Amino acid sequence: MSVFRQSVEAMIPALRRYARALARDADIADDLVQDTLVRALRSERLFLGGDVRSWLYTILTNLNKNRRRSLARRPQFMPLLDNNPDASGTEAEGRDIARALATLVEEQRAVLLLVMLEGLSYREVADIQGVPIGTVMSRLARARAHVKASLEGARPVLRQVK
Amino acid sequence: MTDPGIPVTEDELHAYVDNELPAERRADVEAWLIAHPDDAERVQSWRAMADALHARYDQVADEAVPKRLEIERLVREPRRWVYGAIAATLLAFIAGGGTGWLARGATASPSAFQNFTLDALDAHRLYVVEVRHPVEVPGSDLTHLQQWLTKRCGWNVHAPELAAAGLKLVGGRLLPGPTGPASFFMYESASGERFTIYSAKAKGETTQMRYAAEGGDSALFWADRGVAYVVSGSSDRGRLTQIAQAVYDQMEKIDG
Repeated sequence: MSVFRQSVEAMIPALRRYARALARDADIADDLVQDTLVRALRSERLFLGGDVRSWLYTILTNLNKNRRRSLARRPQFMPLLDNNPDASGTEAEGRDIARALATLVEEQRAVLLLVMLEGLSYREVADIQGVPIGTVMSRLARARAHVKASLEGARPVLRQVK
Repeated sequence: MTDPGIPVTEDELHAYVDNELPAERRADVEAWLIAHPDDAERVQSWRAMADALHARYDQVADEAVPKRLEIERLVREPRRWVYGAIAATLLAFIAGGGTGWLARGATASPSAFQNFTLDALDAHRLYVVEVRHPVEVPGSDLTHLQQWLTKRCGWNVHAPELAAAGLKLVGGRLLPGPTGPASFFMYESASGERFTIYSAKAKGETTQMRYAAEGGDSALFWADRGVAYVVSGSSDRGRLTQIAQAVYDQMEKIDG
């Protein structure tokens, strides 16, 4: 297996984690990861060095954005009850954080997860989203304030654009 | 060394938690947090939030990777897709009632024409998802775009006007084609639906229009007086045919 394929393969667990938190549905999340991998492997010849990790996160983030855009045009079906079978011992807490994530706008959720869950730098996230670092920082601050309020049971502040 | 008297900003608190703060400022922030319990409480809540995220989602990374995500399996996948596309092409051909091309296709060695279409579909899939840099030259700079591509590709490259089909030119780029440079135009509808036109020199062939589809993507392709065209989109066959017909008619007028 080529070095490129090995470095893509090594990223699969982290991509699955990110996708699950981003999309919240296990099947949709793995579909996103699969599409990301197919696209990456098909573009192997076009990848001229650089950071495979950031590149894969970029593809996945964009695919999810496209997916949501196409969803926006038709009615969206959401599970009525969040009884995800893979919740661990701290189930209630896990449900709370998942629910809090669900109330974030797309760009803020991606920033929050890339920084807090995947451990990417502000610079990397700025490149992934194609925005200045200042925008990443303001999205992160808003996302944290929103999730904090949501976890504390306060009435969520109004959704903000950008 | 920074001045510990400078108030710590909200951004600095976040940067502190995320290890993005310059090392020389960390001590200032730590001193600030001791003096400002409200800020200390917020910093603490962000750390708890990170812990909750890891507690909830790290287990996903620890799961065994599902079979359908195995690299070996995915690497084999495009091959199947190639044959699928050829089968679709053959079907379209049989429906069209030709003979010569079928004989070539039946040997199962993909013709240059089929590879050409696959290159175009690959380019289509790669660039339509691109948000920041879908094209090299924007459609607003049409004159320059056409002159540049004409010079590089070696025939009279013209971006068709597809407003009647509800499409606006996003722009274009130069791509490597099977026998030299290829021109690539992207169009967008009001609802964000994207179509692309890929064209390159073909060896003097003129063919009828053919159709290939896989998953959500489909392509219509033909060659006319030495130039081959592939119109790709994710739409239905009827819509794609309407657009391809408009492209064909305009190229006919310009060259004819």
